[in-house]
Formats: sequence, C-alpha cells, structure tokens
Amino acid sequence: MEKIKVEHVTKVFGKNIGSALKLVEQKKSKTEILNQTGATIGVYDATFTVNEGEIFVIMGLSGSGKSTLIRLLNRLIDPTSGNIYIDGQNISKVNKHELRKIRREKMSMVFQNFGLFPHRTILQNTEYGLEVRGVPKEERRLKAEKALDNAGLLPYKDQYPSQLSGGMQQRVGLARALANDPDILLMDEAFSALDPLIRKEMQDELLDLQQRVKKTIVFITHDLNEALRIGDRIALMKDGQIIQIGTGEEILTNPANDYVRSFTEDVDRSKVLTVENAMIRPVTINVEVDGPKVALQLMREEKVSVALAIDKQRNFKGYITASDALAASKRGEMSLKEIIRTDMQTVPPDMLIQDVLGIISDSPTPIAVVKEGKLLGVLIRGVVIETLSSSNGNGGGNNE
Amino acid sequence: MNKMLDVIPALPVADWIENLMDFLTENFANLFTFLQKAGQNSMDAFTNLLMLIPPIIFILLVAVIAFFATKKKFGLAAFVIIGLIFIYNQQLWEQLMSTVTLVVFASIIAIIIGIPIGILMSKSTIAENIIKPILDFMQTMPGFVYLIPAVAFFGIGMVPGVFASVIFALPPTVRFTNLGIRQVPKELVEAADSYGSTGWQKLIKLELPLAKSTIMAGINQTVLLSLSMVVIASMIGAPGLGRDVLSALQRAQVGNGFVAGISLVIFAIIIDRLTQSLNKKKY
Repeated sequence: MEKIKVEHVTKVFGKNIGSALKLVEQKKSKTEILNQTGATIGVYDATFTVNEGEIFVIMGLSGSGKSTLIRLLNRLIDPTSGNIYIDGQNISKVNKHELRKIRREKMSMVFQNFGLFPHRTILQNTEYGLEVRGVPKEERRLKAEKALDNAGLLPYKDQYPSQLSGGMQQRVGLARALANDPDILLMDEAFSALDPLIRKEMQDELLDLQQRVKKTIVFITHDLNEALRIGDRIALMKDGQIIQIGTGEEILTNPANDYVRSFTEDVDRSKVLTVENAMIRPVTINVEVDGPKVALQLMREEKVSVALAIDKQRNFKGYITASDALAASKRGEMSLKEIIRTDMQTVPPDMLIQDVLGIISDSPTPIAVVKEGKLLGVLIRGVVIETLSSSNGNGGGNNE
Repeated sequence: MNKMLDVIPALPVADWIENLMDFLTENFANLFTFLQKAGQNSMDAFTNLLMLIPPIIFILLVAVIAFFATKKKFGLAAFVIIGLIFIYNQQLWEQLMSTVTLVVFASIIAIIIGIPIGILMSKSTIAENIIKPILDFMQTMPGFVYLIPAVAFFGIGMVPGVFASVIFALPPTVRFTNLGIRQVPKELVEAADSYGSTGWQKLIKLELPLAKSTIMAGINQTVLLSLSMVVIASMIGAPGLGRDVLSALQRAQVGNGFVAGISLVIFAIIIDRLTQSLNKKKY
C-alpha cells in the first residue's frame, strides 16, 4: 500500500525561480543555473512512492538535494511546486494547524547530529513529542520510559545528552521518534556522524526494529553500502534529480547511467550480490536414464571431471565424477545410481555471496544452487571471484 | 562653493522636534502625570522598604546571596561586606538605597520591554531591519540628550531619571535576546518543528532556555548601563550617589567626589558579579 506519494516536486531556493525552472528544462547544470539566475535547485521534478512498511533509502552525495527532499516530506521546507501525499492527504496544501497535527501524529524525524535538546535530560528529550501534543505528564513519562527501555537506555534517563556517547545519543534520537508512535520515520543521515562500528550496530538495530514495528522509513544517506544494507528500495539523486529508483540489486546490476555506475563501482560487491548472480549453468546428467558411457561422453565434451546428477524433474541428486564413471563403465554397469556421490554442499539462490565465500573455499567440489530441491546452477570458485571483481555486474556468465 | 550649499535654507529641525515634544506633552499630559505619580509613589515605597532593613542585616543578606551565587566562594561575599560597610561608614547609605531603587526599576522595565522586542527581532527579519538602526541611534545619542524630554514629560525627580535610563540601557537586552535566539542551532529548531511544536512551544521549551546565557549577558550590560545613566540623571534631580558626585563637582570638592565615586564603583562591581554569577550552565 502506498504510504507516501511524491509527484513532480520541485524546490528552488533564491530569486528568479521561474527562469531557473526554465533552465532546468533545458538540462542546464546546477552551477550554470546558479551563475545565470542566482537560484539554487534543491530538488527538481522528484516523483516516487514509498510503500507502507518499507525502508526507502534516498541516496546521493552532498549537494544532491537529498536533505532538501526529506524536509519536503514533513514540510520543514515548502515545495516550490508539485504535490506530496501522505495517506492520500496532500500535505503541500494543508494549513498550519493540520500540518502540526500530521507532524505530531504521523511522522517523526531523526537527525544527523541527533538534534537532542542540550538543556533537557534524556527522558525530557524522549517525551518532547508527546509533550507538545499535550499528552498528560504521567502518560507521556510512561511512554517515554518504555521507549528508552526498549533502546536499553533507561538507566541514563536523568543524564543530559552531552554526557552520552554519539551512538547512545542517536539511540535517544530514535527512541524520541518512536515514543511518538508515528507511522513514518524520517531519518536524515541518521548514522552518518557515527564511527563505522557503531554505525553497523545501529543499522542492525534498525533492521531488527523494523522487523518488530513495521514503520514506513525514509532514510537518507550518502553511503551506498549503508543504502544497500538497509534499503528495500533505493532512490539515487544527483543535482536535485532522482536518477534511478530500484532495489539495491537492480541498481548494481543495471545502473541507469554512467553516474550511477561510477557510484556503484566502489561498493563491496560481495555484500550485495547473491548466489544467483554468480552461478553458472551446470553440466547435468539424468541418472534415471543415462548410464556411465553417456556420462563419460558428456564430461569429455564439456571438458569437466564432475557432472551433477538429477532426475527427470530436475531434482538434485548429487554428483558423478569422471573416474567413478570410468570404473563403472569398465565393470559393465548400466546405471549411474550406484556411483552418485552426495557429499556436495548446496546453497539457496538468494544467499549473499559474502556468506558463500567461506563455504566455497572449504569445499573440494563446486557448490550446487538448489531451490526447493530443484537444481538451478552451480558455483565455481573462479567464477565467484570473477563476479566480485567484475565492473558491469553481469559477470559470472549465463544465469539460468 | 558654499553658495551652492546655502541654496537650501536652514531647516528648522530643532523646531520640529520641539513641536513634537509640545504636542506629546500637551496631548498626553494626563498619561504622563499618572506615570509620574505612580512611578514616584512606588519608587518611594521601595526606597522606604529598603531603608527599613537595618544596614547590618542588609549587608549580611547580600553577602550570603553572593556566597551562594558564587558557588560558595568567599571572595565576593568578603568584598560585599567590606564595600558596603565602607559606604555606610561614609554616611552614604541612604543615597545608596536610592540608587539601588533607580537601578532596579530602570533595569526591570528595560528587561520587560527589551526581551519581547528582542524575540520579535529574532523572528522577523523585517523587524530586525527596522529595529537595528533605532537601537544604534539610542546607543550613540549622548545620554544627556534623553534628560531633556524626560524633564518635559515628567518634570524632575526619580521618574524622569528612570525614563532616561531605560532608553539608554535598553539596547543590550534587545540585541542579546535577538542574538541568543538566532544562535540556537538550526537542527534543534528543525527538531522542534518536526515534532509539531507551535511557535510558543518552540520559544518556551527550546529557544529561550538555550538563549538564556546570551540574554543574561545582555541583561548584565543593561544593569550596568542603567547604573551609569542613573548617575547622570542626578542632573535632573534623581536622588542617590550620583547627586553627591554632582554636588562635589559643582563645589570642586575632590575628596567628596571620589568617595561618592568609589561607592558607585563598589556597587557596580557587586551587581555586575551577582548578575554574572546567575548565568551558569547546568548542562
């Protein structure tokens, strides 16, 4: 279900807004427009939807307009043109009073530098949203304490933000947002100010949390690895425009243009590519029909020493080695059933390559990719490594 | 060359201002009389109240406040005791109490007027652009000039003294309030907005608490400026230590002049340190 719908939203800062918009239509760059009109393009013609319960990541370098875009969603910045719908309600048209109501009840924001009020204790910070809503003191205290307890921060409730580490401060920021029980969480570079280890921890916590609470999350980041790790879908921005929207997989394997490609090049590919991207077509032999002689002939043709054994329904049975087939053939056997080896590792197709690397380096044989018993392909060490190092994302050859 | 400049006849600017003053004094006579009476009465009452307190109790009380305000350090408290005993010893106690009254009234009125103006300035750039030059004008105009309309409106005495002091001492509170609120980090303002705060909630719960120390610095300046103006206001009959300085000046009594002057310095140091020590961060 659509939770947020953004339609042709544009934000121009400064004067000469009209002439700046014309220049955008002529595909002039941001700097050219700034030089000619003095206006800065924040966001140009952004259109996308965010589904309920989804983590939608907006990603781009600094100056790409991503921070402006997230602020348009709760109207900390008013759009120059276009419409933004939250649950079908056009928030670019609502009056101040209704806007406050939406901000209080529907969406909470988490900030890059935490946005905690230094003169308030952790508890007072956490209950801020409830306080401005007019929730009675006892009730808001209970809710805030519960939110802090969930984040493991209850012992710190009477301290001031400056007494906490960055990671803990951001947990407070998140607890403050959740105490409000909003449908939508807006997270503006929420983890960017944290050091890498803490950041990874927070990403895990966010994913765990999402499992439990199922909020709709719009997450801003400049870090593609972070985007790929937590995003269900990712929108890539450049110079105020959305260049590509898709799952991490789609963006990596089919970059919309050179800009996206250059962005994705430095990604640690092992963290995003799945087994499906690296598996190759297996040499198979049907053990219900074929005998040792056919198997030997096939392996000679394909120049392999191992063939995967399947039945008529393509169910994975194991594998046959060339030497076993040769021996069986010399013994005059007609069936392969006696020489099927079953000690081959299998993995599902949606497993991350990162996680396969350990298995593959320990395994003497290739690894079968099996889904619901059916053989889909095979992983060979050389091809997996080639996939990881390839720059166009299609490496690894024929996917079946 | 001067001929060219002489083409424009001398503008009667002074007359215009006189006319304006006449207009104000005639048309608002009742208001001014009321303010004069009410002000005079309440200030007299306040001075009398201060005079009711035995000096020894007064001195000890201020010393105790100083002791706790400076985190239980003895320096300021000792200074308060020695300084105030000196003033009492020089028979200037009554004058000191009058000066205290003038400074308290002038400062409180300046703060009550100044903080809302400062808030207005911080919220509206248009207001800031209008108010800023007025503040510059108020601060650069020699303080003596304010004594003239003060006399025209309120005659002589304490009330015109306070009136002139308020005008003279107002700008720092306004400026520092404006500055303090504008200095609140943008992200915190966004956080307050994003949780659906109203303008008032944002002001009370975030901006004023965070601007507090800056505003207090402005108030400290206002208090000291009002003290300096209170001394000048003795020229239009405001009582207090200033009057002793003035009469010493008129009679060329160097000794008396210095004694009254030193008393003013002692008082100034005490109120300066006290208002500063109120300005501590707790987080």
